[in-house]
Amino acid sequence: MKTEIAVKYLRQEKLPFIWCAGCGHGIILASILRAIDGFGWSKDEICIISGIGCCGRTPGYLDFHTLHTTHGRALTFATGIKFANPALKVIVVMGDGDSVAIGGNHFIHAARRNIDVTAIIFNNYIYGMTGGQASPTTPVGKIASTAPYGAIDPPFDIVELAIGCGATYVARGTAFHVPALDNLIKKALIHKGFSVVDVLSPCPTAFGRRNTMKGVVENFTWLKENVISKSAIKGKKGAEIGKRIIIGEFLNIEKPEYTEIYKRDIIDKVRSPSP
Amino acid sequence: MPLLLSGNEAIVEGALASGCRMFGGYPITPSSDIAEKMSLRLPKMGGKFIQMEDEIASLGACLGSSLTGIRSMTATSGPGFSLMQEHIGFAAMAEIPCVIVNVQRGGPSTGLPTYPSQGDVMQSRWGTHGDHPIIVLVPFSILECYTLTIKAFNYSDKFRTPVIILSDEILAHLREKIELLKEIDVKVRNFPEVPPEEYLPFDSRYLVPPLAPYGKGYRFHITGLVHDETGFPTADPEKVRSLQERLASKIPEEEVRDMDVRYMDDARICLFSIGSIARSALRAVLQLRKKNKKVGFIRPITVWPFPYDEIKRLSRDLDVIYVCEMNMGQIVGEVERAAECDVRFIGKADGTIISPGEILYRVMH
Repeated sequence: MKTEIAVKYLRQEKLPFIWCAGCGHGIILASILRAIDGFGWSKDEICIISGIGCCGRTPGYLDFHTLHTTHGRALTFATGIKFANPALKVIVVMGDGDSVAIGGNHFIHAARRNIDVTAIIFNNYIYGMTGGQASPTTPVGKIASTAPYGAIDPPFDIVELAIGCGATYVARGTAFHVPALDNLIKKALIHKGFSVVDVLSPCPTAFGRRNTMKGVVENFTWLKENVISKSAIKGKKGAEIGKRIIIGEFLNIEKPEYTEIYKRDIIDKVRSPSP
Repeated sequence: MPLLLSGNEAIVEGALASGCRMFGGYPITPSSDIAEKMSLRLPKMGGKFIQMEDEIASLGACLGSSLTGIRSMTATSGPGFSLMQEHIGFAAMAEIPCVIVNVQRGGPSTGLPTYPSQGDVMQSRWGTHGDHPIIVLVPFSILECYTLTIKAFNYSDKFRTPVIILSDEILAHLREKIELLKEIDVKVRNFPEVPPEEYLPFDSRYLVPPLAPYGKGYRFHITGLVHDETGFPTADPEKVRSLQERLASKIPEEEVRDMDVRYMDDARICLFSIGSIARSALRAVLQLRKKNKKVGFIRPITVWPFPYDEIKRLSRDLDVIYVCEMNMGQIVGEVERAAECDVRFIGKADGTIISPGEILYRVMH
């Protein structure tokens, strides 16, 4: 990231990051910071909340109101913060296990409510911090420390899950396609309602190493070769797209937002009963 | 004007009078009518009610709103209280004020949903993992459901700690006439005295450091990991010890201790009980006194921290303490630790109350 953005938003004394060489998380973080800087938001109006895992350490580096909660529960705290003080801009960063395994229930309900929170999923297909156990997004057949013969549980498609549950902005990006990611995160952050960006983030240490991608470069090359953007598939037939993962914006709709509905349809109504 | 209220309703009145403006909850018998009343009343006062997807989320949402400076509460019963243990621990570690009402029902597991119990006395103290401070208040009347809720919010803010109100199914739906207080003693949490650049959210110079609300210019970090004064994770044994010791000592027993002690001046026998069963115990004391038995009554209102020293002192002139509780023997162990006299147990956990007659029979035989 640009030095001035790093100096402006990172808690310098907390560096270096704990993340391994080749981890995609720092790239996603830089993208979030560029978006915030572009909007010119005050640091005092931003809350960034995480759960547990490698991604969970993200808020600690950031000079905002930062909260490192329990495993999977970041969205519950975020809901309370946003509901109590809708003026705050609330961003939740979660891993794949964090958001859709242990936190799956909170994820679907935050989406259902369409509360104005942005959830950015640092999706590396694995529980990295605990040593590479299979997660709910580990592809079938991939090796994990708890799937030594290959994962058999079908993975979640976080984009489809979020759309199915009522999120009103849903996108997928990767830590390799950075300009596209910048754009998606920007749009998610200014979206009114529950917005989700599923970001594929390489984990060479715990995932790639076990799955024929030993080096950092191979992990990023895999993303380069196996991902295709929504705009690039226009006019292409299924066979041409193959098994490639589609990135881009999948949903961007306007729907009444939770805290606004609560104010409009409940607080304002009961406080000024119609004559 | 006096009101005829149930225990659950009195808790709602106490919470609203204390300035509670956020309730996050999940339905569970026999606590659900607290959530129902809060959903009705809070928006009229500009407050917020949210029904969350489970009890873990309920307390998570309360802790989030509390961090913005809003007094927040949740209410539950046995199975939901078990789920909340995760965030009770987070609240204790991150020192976030909140009030948790546990309307006890029979357990373990789904247990006896519509029948009373006092089976969560130890869980309310040690339910979450790790050493942690906690305050647990146990009402025995509808008036106390009201007044202790007010006290719970004040303690919670003053000591930056979760406070548990341990009610039960008897009190929840018992009705008594009470007079609401005209003036409420509301002591909200301290705001930092220093500017943001000097602020330490876990400043060890304080026993209870001031907590800045989110959105007021004080940007800091909160984690459930062991942290230093700045709020950032540490595993430095010196700093870990410093935090653990401050947490262990931050709730002064002598300040929060509250006991209902009656007829103890000449007593040789004492009936010791908490919550709704203390009503039976008190009745039994009165009946035994009529039979010229020298029987006294001790009822801790603050059950945690447990009044060990006070029990020890009071027990010196006693022959025996009968501990009456609606469980298979929980608080009796604490009384045994403290008392210098014989301690006997009168208890059951079959979903029926311990009547004054049952206590009387045991003491007479």
